[in-house]
Amino acid sequence: MITEPRLVEVRKNVLKQNDIVARALRECFREAGVLAVSLVSSPGSGKTAFLERTLTLLHPRYRVAALVGDLATENDAARLARSQAPVKQILTGTLCHLEAAMVQNALGGWDLNKLDFLFIENVGNLVCPSSYDLGEDLRFVLLSVTEGEDKPLKYPTIFNSADVAIVTKSDLAAAVEFDEAAALRNIQAVRPGMEVFRLSAKTGEGMAEFLDFLGRRRVRSRAATAYTK
Amino acid sequence: MHELSIALSIVEMAQEEAERRGQAQVLAVHLRLGQLSGVVKEALLSSYSIACEATPLEGSQLVIEEIPVEIYCQKCGLPRRIRSIQLFCCPKCFTPATEIVRGKELEVVAMEIQS
Repeated sequence: MITEPRLVEVRKNVLKQNDIVARALRECFREAGVLAVSLVSSPGSGKTAFLERTLTLLHPRYRVAALVGDLATENDAARLARSQAPVKQILTGTLCHLEAAMVQNALGGWDLNKLDFLFIENVGNLVCPSSYDLGEDLRFVLLSVTEGEDKPLKYPTIFNSADVAIVTKSDLAAAVEFDEAAALRNIQAVRPGMEVFRLSAKTGEGMAEFLDFLGRRRVRSRAATAYTK
Repeated sequence: MHELSIALSIVEMAQEEAERRGQAQVLAVHLRLGQLSGVVKEALLSSYSIACEATPLEGSQLVIEEIPVEIYCQKCGLPRRIRSIQLFCCPKCFTPATEIVRGKELEVVAMEIQS
């Protein structure tokens, strides 16, 4: 006998599985006292150059490592390995974003207790990564001066989900007539109060301020770890 | 384009739920979709029918309720719906807003079933 159709309540988060893994990762990072930072941006905004410079500058003073998401090549990992920091590539195949489980799998074999900073470079994409929590403490969104000042308005979701904005390739700002005031205004419109750094991985301009910020955040997260232990 | 993998999760979730309810047939899945979920409604709808193919959910409908973004205005002390996701501020007093109350939903809220 076929009964009448009926409506039943369900209430289930579609990304529950990802969120569970992300929470577990966040807990692991906190316990180990490692500051996990993820990087999102469009393709070609200079994530890898920025990360290479950051790893190279941090490496003598801190214990750093990086995971790099890429659709098909291992070129980024090879570039980043020049910094001498441990680097692992996550090949996503056709997937346009990283998920928490991929980060968890890639971390296998690494002792988080021996790290101060873990960088997670997402696939170049300003849409899909916004839906997936990776367990990171901070999410950086990169915007290069060559992309145009209205990127934050075009992709408000990802900018709103990020904690810090980094304006890259500042050495090219004059050549492309980058309107910094407009870019800052657009960033603040979609994510009020967001901290913004302007830098060039090529010339090193602005890197010192950025590294100071990372150092302060590490002290803060270490203090939180010590407090809960 | 990550809507297909999201659609596959929805189908899997609905199938489990239907099995738990004595192999009920699923006629429709009701989803709440926040404007800040990072998922595009149209892409999700077309992905859903692909994801349902050759499963017990084939022919079922995905009913999407879109949830606009609501922020909490510190100054007004009230939740308010923002006018545009390109401007996160109170529509009444224009105070910038950082606290999001609604708009990130991506959840299955109900199912229409028949047994």
